[in-house]
Amino acid sequence: MARTGVFVCHCGSNIAKTVDVASVAEQARELPGVVYTEDYQYMCSSPGQEHIRQAIEEHRLDSIVVASCSPRLHEPTFRRCAAEAGLNPYLVEMANIREHCSWVHKEKEIGTPKAFDLVKAAVAKVQRNVPLHTGSISITKRALVIGGGIAGIQAALDIADAGHEVILVEKTPSIGGRMAQFDKTFPTLDCSACILTPKMVEVAQNPNIKLMTWSEVEHVEGYVGNFKVTIRQKARFADLQECIGCGQCWEKCPVKKIPSEFQAGTGNRTAIYVPFPQAVPNVPVIDKEHCLYLTQGKCGVCAKVCPKQCISYEDQDKLVEVEVGAIVVATGFDVEPGKLYGEYVYGDHPDIITGLQFERLMNACGPTGGHLERPSDGREPRTVVFVKCAGSRDEVKGVPYCSKVCCMYTAKHALLIKEKYPDTKVYIFYIDVRATGKGYEEFADRTQREFGAEYIRGRVSRIYPEGDHLVVVGVDTLLGKQVEVDADLVVLATPMLAREDAKDLGRMLNIASDNYGFFTEAHPKLRPAETLTAGIYLAGACLFPRDIPDSVASGGAAAAKVNVLLARESIESEPIIAEVDEQTCVGCLNCVRVCPFKAIEEKVLENPKTGETRVVAAVNEGVCEGCGTCAAACPSKCIMLRGFTDEQILAEVDVLCV
Amino acid sequence: MRVETEAPPQAEATGPAEADWEPRIVGILCYWCSYAGADLAGSSRMSYPANIRIVRVPCSGRVDPLFVLRAFERGADGVLVAGCHPGDCHYAKGNYYARRRLSLLKRLVAYVGIPAERFKALWVSASEGREFAAVVNEMTEELRPLGPFRPELATRFAELPMVVDEEGPACPVHVGAGQTVAEDHQETSGQDE
Repeated sequence: MARTGVFVCHCGSNIAKTVDVASVAEQARELPGVVYTEDYQYMCSSPGQEHIRQAIEEHRLDSIVVASCSPRLHEPTFRRCAAEAGLNPYLVEMANIREHCSWVHKEKEIGTPKAFDLVKAAVAKVQRNVPLHTGSISITKRALVIGGGIAGIQAALDIADAGHEVILVEKTPSIGGRMAQFDKTFPTLDCSACILTPKMVEVAQNPNIKLMTWSEVEHVEGYVGNFKVTIRQKARFADLQECIGCGQCWEKCPVKKIPSEFQAGTGNRTAIYVPFPQAVPNVPVIDKEHCLYLTQGKCGVCAKVCPKQCISYEDQDKLVEVEVGAIVVATGFDVEPGKLYGEYVYGDHPDIITGLQFERLMNACGPTGGHLERPSDGREPRTVVFVKCAGSRDEVKGVPYCSKVCCMYTAKHALLIKEKYPDTKVYIFYIDVRATGKGYEEFADRTQREFGAEYIRGRVSRIYPEGDHLVVVGVDTLLGKQVEVDADLVVLATPMLAREDAKDLGRMLNIASDNYGFFTEAHPKLRPAETLTAGIYLAGACLFPRDIPDSVASGGAAAAKVNVLLARESIESEPIIAEVDEQTCVGCLNCVRVCPFKAIEEKVLENPKTGETRVVAAVNEGVCEGCGTCAAACPSKCIMLRGFTDEQILAEVDVLCV
Repeated sequence: MRVETEAPPQAEATGPAEADWEPRIVGILCYWCSYAGADLAGSSRMSYPANIRIVRVPCSGRVDPLFVLRAFERGADGVLVAGCHPGDCHYAKGNYYARRRLSLLKRLVAYVGIPAERFKALWVSASEGREFAAVVNEMTEELRPLGPFRPELATRFAELPMVVDEEGPACPVHVGAGQTVAEDHQETSGQDE
């Protein structure tokens, strides 16, 4: 027979005002298996907890119910209290007679019987509880950072500086990411490369960081502290160790007309290439789709001119397996390529470009050497029109969200033009000017007041070519008039989008994404750097459009979380997880299919006498988060969720129905 | 499970209401959203009828349809299951499984002769204290005119293969197990009704 104790809290007058606590305690004494009850002013207070501890010891209680506030508030308190008195903390249940009873009902005649019902249910449950024990998970003191943009770079450096090993995986030939493509940064007009490239070099030189560029994560298994990650190191065809980046090969490469990813379509590259001059590592890769030798077996010039014989056409992809304790996802964003509005005829006319392309045209390492030229005829534009929200804040044709950075980068673009070419006219069509960062409003303001960019509040309905220029038709909503502007160059401020392949990575890592494909943080306010999968963290614009300072901050935040984890030898694992009864499991593996965490695997059992084998489900205790979806899906009731078994829940249901 | 498409029987599974009869609702709430929503209703000092008793589960995905049928079998007048809104599940997609199971269960419940008002499955977030109070209010008011639920009067309730004894359910009713929610996972709003 159970020896249950029931402790009913007054919570000052919070409960006692609308629940007759003494009567609840008295009635509870009549419940089967209840050997001790009491009511007390404040159960959570230090003397209140002392009462509980004493009662557990004096009355040899084997389970307790605390009828007080929500378990969200004090379940940990009372579990700890029970443990101090030598009772397993999972032999504690709470009856929520405050939030769910005394606070929502106004009369004692109603509150008291309901409170007693809740106590009855908790007693019925706790008498079916079994002691549970936390497990221990060891931590591999190494982290993986996926994505070598500024957020990933920051995360990798901060983890490495804390003394942990970091593997930084980047899928393009160089780290640097989007920031490397930008010309200047707002609002300080720092040259992007000048502040980024030292950090890139720091990554390459940090002894704790193993840099894997031209590599992609192929497979992930395991759980917090113990991930096994397979990384595909794509064939580079150039020797990373030997190559000194002299550039002979790409200068002599005869295939010169491949659109450069780095130049965002404004320039070309060769088949053997480094994406940009300050690339880290400064070692080329061969684009095997376009290389004459690899596609047709002719050429081989790069191998001939290489002074150090670094080129090998035999190079193959390699699969590298690594073990890490934590993973930071910093995979960044895609830029909408200007295709959302047919009426803007992007793609039909070379003088309509995106903001990212404008960055390249203004950049000293860009295709024009930083001289602003119209793509169509190389002439310097006299009038430039910027169209903001070219796809953002439009739930019909574009994306409903505000892309956050476009107001500022457009202001920056306008300012850069006016600074270099003061006579050029600049018009900016806008819905609102959102300049919410430090120094941002002042910066946007300067573009207008000091530099004379003309802001027109309204949207653009149509762009069409006329003669050697473009006509931009829009509305000025402040004047209530339609306006037409003759433009030499039109720049569309297209929104940041989630990476096209983010879904695949999300599935591989078992992390959630929102409707737009951006990864979802564990809590939007309080856990912005974590995911709901323990040991996996997020940084940068893979969460949502972010500017550079926010990306750097979030990279640091993710690193801080990783460092907290890797500082420990082991962590405790939650015991409220699923458990399989191997005797009765028929191996249908329904549970494997429904588990949101891939925590259940199939396991083959062999009968040692007959040698016969059968398949059963097996729970990976490190991965299981304890949702219980498997328990509801099991047709033969042989996987259960500890702490919330069918028996426990049905006992509560039964009691509440009487 | 095959659900016959004929019109659900109209017979009311109700007996005569006693003068002081109050509907008894069992609420099975996920801990992260709906349970917290009910907590918020309390801490905001909202008021709703005392007819509901709440059972905590970690996730609406934990809710076995059996729990609902068992409550009816044991004499509950109404059952409310609530979880996180689609897209907000603490466990990423437990509530998508719940959505499938519970929408099938709704059809089963109707088929066995239990009026639809007696079983509600919906989403309440941790910030929706007011909505939670409104749901309890509404459900209680809808149940009053129906009177007490009497399983023996529900035309096909006895056909349910849910012989339950002290050992637990011998043959659990099983709805919607093991389906993939890949498609469900794409959409993150809306509600099956």
